[in-house]
Order: sequence, then structure tokens, then C-alpha cells
Amino acid sequence: MSGLARRFTGFRAVLRREFHGYFASPLGYIFIVIFLIASGYLMVSRDFGRFLELREANLDALFSYLPWIFVVLVPAVAMRLWAEERRSGTVELLLTLPITLEGSYLGKFLAGWAFLAVSVFLTWPAVFQVARLGDPDWGAIFASYVATLLAAAVLLAIGLLFSALSKNQVVAFILAVAASVGFLLIGVPQTQEFVGKWFGGYVERVVSSLSLLDHFEALTRGLLQLNSLLFFVLFTVGWLVCGMLVLGQTKTN
Amino acid sequence: MTETDHPDSVPPAAAAETGTVPPEADAPGEVLISVADLTKHYGAIRAVDGISFEVRRGDVLGFLGPNGAGKTTAMKMITGFLEPDRGSIAVAGIDVAADRLAVSRRIGYLPEDAPAYGEMTVEAFLRFIAEARELEAEEQAIEAVLETAHLRSVRGQTIETLSKGYKRRVGLAQALIHDPDVLILDEPTDGLDPNQKAVVQDLISSLSSDRCIVLSTHILDEAERVCNRAVILSEGRILVDSTPEDLVSQAPGHNAVRFRVTEGDAEEVAARLAEAEWCASARVLPGGEVEVEPRDGENRLNDVLAAVGEHRVADVRVREGRLDELFRDVTRGVAA
Repeated sequence: MSGLARRFTGFRAVLRREFHGYFASPLGYIFIVIFLIASGYLMVSRDFGRFLELREANLDALFSYLPWIFVVLVPAVAMRLWAEERRSGTVELLLTLPITLEGSYLGKFLAGWAFLAVSVFLTWPAVFQVARLGDPDWGAIFASYVATLLAAAVLLAIGLLFSALSKNQVVAFILAVAASVGFLLIGVPQTQEFVGKWFGGYVERVVSSLSLLDHFEALTRGLLQLNSLLFFVLFTVGWLVCGMLVLGQTKTN
Repeated sequence: MTETDHPDSVPPAAAAETGTVPPEADAPGEVLISVADLTKHYGAIRAVDGISFEVRRGDVLGFLGPNGAGKTTAMKMITGFLEPDRGSIAVAGIDVAADRLAVSRRIGYLPEDAPAYGEMTVEAFLRFIAEARELEAEEQAIEAVLETAHLRSVRGQTIETLSKGYKRRVGLAQALIHDPDVLILDEPTDGLDPNQKAVVQDLISSLSSDRCIVLSTHILDEAERVCNRAVILSEGRILVDSTPEDLVSQAPGHNAVRFRVTEGDAEEVAARLAEAEWCASARVLPGGEVEVEPRDGENRLNDVLAAVGEHRVADVRVREGRLDELFRDVTRGVAA
């Protein structure tokens, strides 16, 4: 077994258990229902997506609001993953099986991500509708799904970090929402203007390059730009590595 | 034997047959756990303070000690969950610090309070453990361990709905599923009612022949019933490393004789016994009985009866030493 594969020993068993876990309790179904109602509402609402008013065969009305829904719902998916494990003491069982800390962390991340992917793909009726009504840009729709999954990944990695940090699911949830909102607010025009006014154009450009929203929008336009893809991958990996380091410290408390 | 009767358990016996040296019944088993100078601090508190011991195949080692003595910490380090500050641990010859994964495949571990995923059914939970352990004959292993731990009747129930006794057996089943050489059980009977305790103790006894078991307990009767070695820990150090039988004979009041004087003066009998050279103490207890403690812990019943002479006595009993008295003596010595 190569060194890297060995480092993630056991992730498959954890992935399977956690993924089934979402569907073993009502939580998973409740999540999916809320997610679909919220995304559907924001898509057709006159105050937000105005899908019906725009009369265009694209799904910007759907995708542009998904990061804001994720800010609340992804921490809900993540909060249980480590907090519950530490509260009930099963972390001791888990980490004395032939499973590495990194393997179990990766397994839980992939399980949460797969669950989010299932939820996101349940928006297919919207795709079906635009295809029926017009001639959509399939490249943009594909890129938008990729962007959505990447945004879900980075927010899930944040949520997982706070779940590893606090034994209390509610605390983990609130901290993760706060951190995710902060991460998104870097990208709104008001923040960037403020930063530009006080710290100058260079700092403004640095901050805006860290904006999840900017990179998300760039991707949904149908351009799978390398720098935006790298942004999501690097931040996801970064938060995951931080979370693993945190868990290494907190697992025994 | 039916076909479903775990054929996986055959190889060890076959291996023993083909081995070059026939195993001798009395020879001590191979060393399966070897701990040297193990030390762990929590901040300023020394939880485990330089302990060393070996456990061989066939041993059932009881870790005894008051709460906070370092039993759980020591076990967590043996299983690789905690890293020691100093010292080394080898399980089946493998260094825990160097290869925790390999060690975890040889160990079955029941953590304190038998944590398990409450929302899973017993069967699904065991399947997860079997998958994580990458067992080849998963289903046979699950069936075998459901049988061993008497869990067949609750296999489809979620763990959170089970009684404590069943939950503990689920924890044991989980630890046994890969038929490990080394079992580490942290307070396996704590919090169970007497019937549940007896079931778990019998289960542990039935497992002890061909592996090594380390269990912690603060119930001394349990150590006597289940263990063939007892280590008393206090404040992170080993105070006593012996057998439960030895401990009993060292306990204060071992072989003390008690009786009632039916004709004659109890005080006079006690005074006469106290003069004997072998006698440590002889006194009349508040209930009127006389208690005589021998100096050397030997059984002195005949000497006692000879000294009683013309008096008539009844209800003569020789008392066994009580482990908890020794335990209190030994651990109090440290605290003082």
C-alpha cells in the first residue's frame, strides 16, 4: 500500500456509514425538502430570481442564490459529523479501528458532499423545464452544477472544522454559519468598496480574489477558469487539513 | 458442526498442529503486550507514571484501582488512541507508536461505557465494524459474534433502544468480531445489575483461554472471579502485581477465626487466645462473638480450638481475606 493510500485507510467504511446515516433518520429528508423549497422559492420569487418574469432559458435565477442557501444548510449537514462522535465517545471506538484520523475525516467529508450532491441534483425538474421552454446553454448549466458542488465542498469543509472543534452540535452549527457568512460577505460589492476606500486598490483586489461569490459567478457563466477551480480546491483542502489538525487535538477531550 | 459454524476459526488450531514445537500445556504463553516505562501527563497531573508490565497469552489481567488511578489512560495508550509522553508499548511484537494500524488489527477494544452508534441496528453496527476491519468472511463473523455475545434476539433493534446489559454485549461483540489475540476491556461490567454482570463475566471467562485480556474494574469480586493476575494501580503507579489468590492471602484478616462462646466467659477466652504466640489479636466483637487473627495468615483453627479448652463454642468460621480491605490498605498508604 502506498503511503498516501495508507494515510486514508478506512475511509470507505466511514463514507458508507455516514452516507446511509443521512437517510436513516428524518434529518436527511427534512434537509432535502427544505433545500428544494428554498431554492425553488428564491428562483421564481419576484424579489429574487424572477425566473418567470425574465423569460430566459437559463438557470441563473436558480444557481445565483444557492450559495446563500448553503450558508445555513451546509453547516446543518456538517454539524453532526464530529460533534456527535465526540459527545457520545464513539470517536474512541472509531479511531482505534484500523481507520486513520485522516481516513475517517475524508470519509465523513465525502459522505456529506455526496449527500449535498444528491440534494443539488434533485433540482433537475428546473433543468427539464428550461429545456422544454427554450434552448438553454448546456455548457453553462453543466458549469453551474460544477460550481455549486465546489461551493458546497468548501462550505462543508468549514462546517466540518467547527464540528471537530465543538462537542455541541448547536455551537458547531452557529460558528460554521458565522464563518460561512463571513466567507461569502467578502465578495459582496459593499465590502469590496469599503476595503478599497480604506486600504487602497491593491488590498481590494486581493480581497476580491478571495471572494467565493466572484469565483462562483465566474464559473456559472460557463467558463471553467483554472484560477476559480483552484480557488475552490485549495480552500477546501485547506479547511480540511485545518480540521484534521484540530481533531487531532480535540479527539481526546 | 453445521456449515455456518464459523469455519474461519479453524486455522489457529491447524497452525498449532503443524507448528514445529508442540505447545506445552504449562509453558507460559507468548508475550502479547509489553509495556515499558509508560508515562502520561495531563497538564501538571501525572495520570500514568512510569508503569511497566507484560501480559502473556492466556492471561486475564485485572487493572484494579480507585477512580483516577490511571487505568483508563493506560488502556487508551495501549490501543493507540492516546500517545504516551514517554515509554513504549508493543502489542504482539508491534510497536504501537510505529504502526498503530497494524496493532489495531490485533486488538479488540471496549472503551469505557461501551460507546456505539445508537441510531444503528445491532447488525448494521457490527457490519460497519466488520467493513472497517476489512474482514473477508463478513457475514460469518457477524453471525458468530451474535451467537457468542447472545445478541441474536436483538439483531434488528437499534442500539439506543437496548438495555445497558445488551449494549455492553454489543460493545463486546464489536471487540470480538475479528477474533483478536488481545482484548482490552475498560470497566466491562460497570453500571450493570447483578444478573447482567454475571452474564458479561461468564462471557469474558469463556474468551480467556487462547488470548490475552486486560480489563479494568473497581469491583474486586470480579477480579477474583475472572482474572488470573491482578495489578493494583494508584496515582499512576503499580502498587501490586500478583494473582487474586495471593492478594486474598495477604489481605488483612485472612484466616481469622470467629466463634460464639455458648458456655463460659467470652472475655476470658479472648484473653487466653491473645497470649498465644501465633496470635496477632483476639477480641470480643460488639455482637458478642470472639475474633482471632493469626499473625502469619495461616489457618490456625486447630490451635484456636485447643486454646478454647473447657469452654463450649459454636458457629466457628474461618474467614477469607477480603480484597477490598487489602485494596483500601494499599491505596490509602499512597494517599497518605
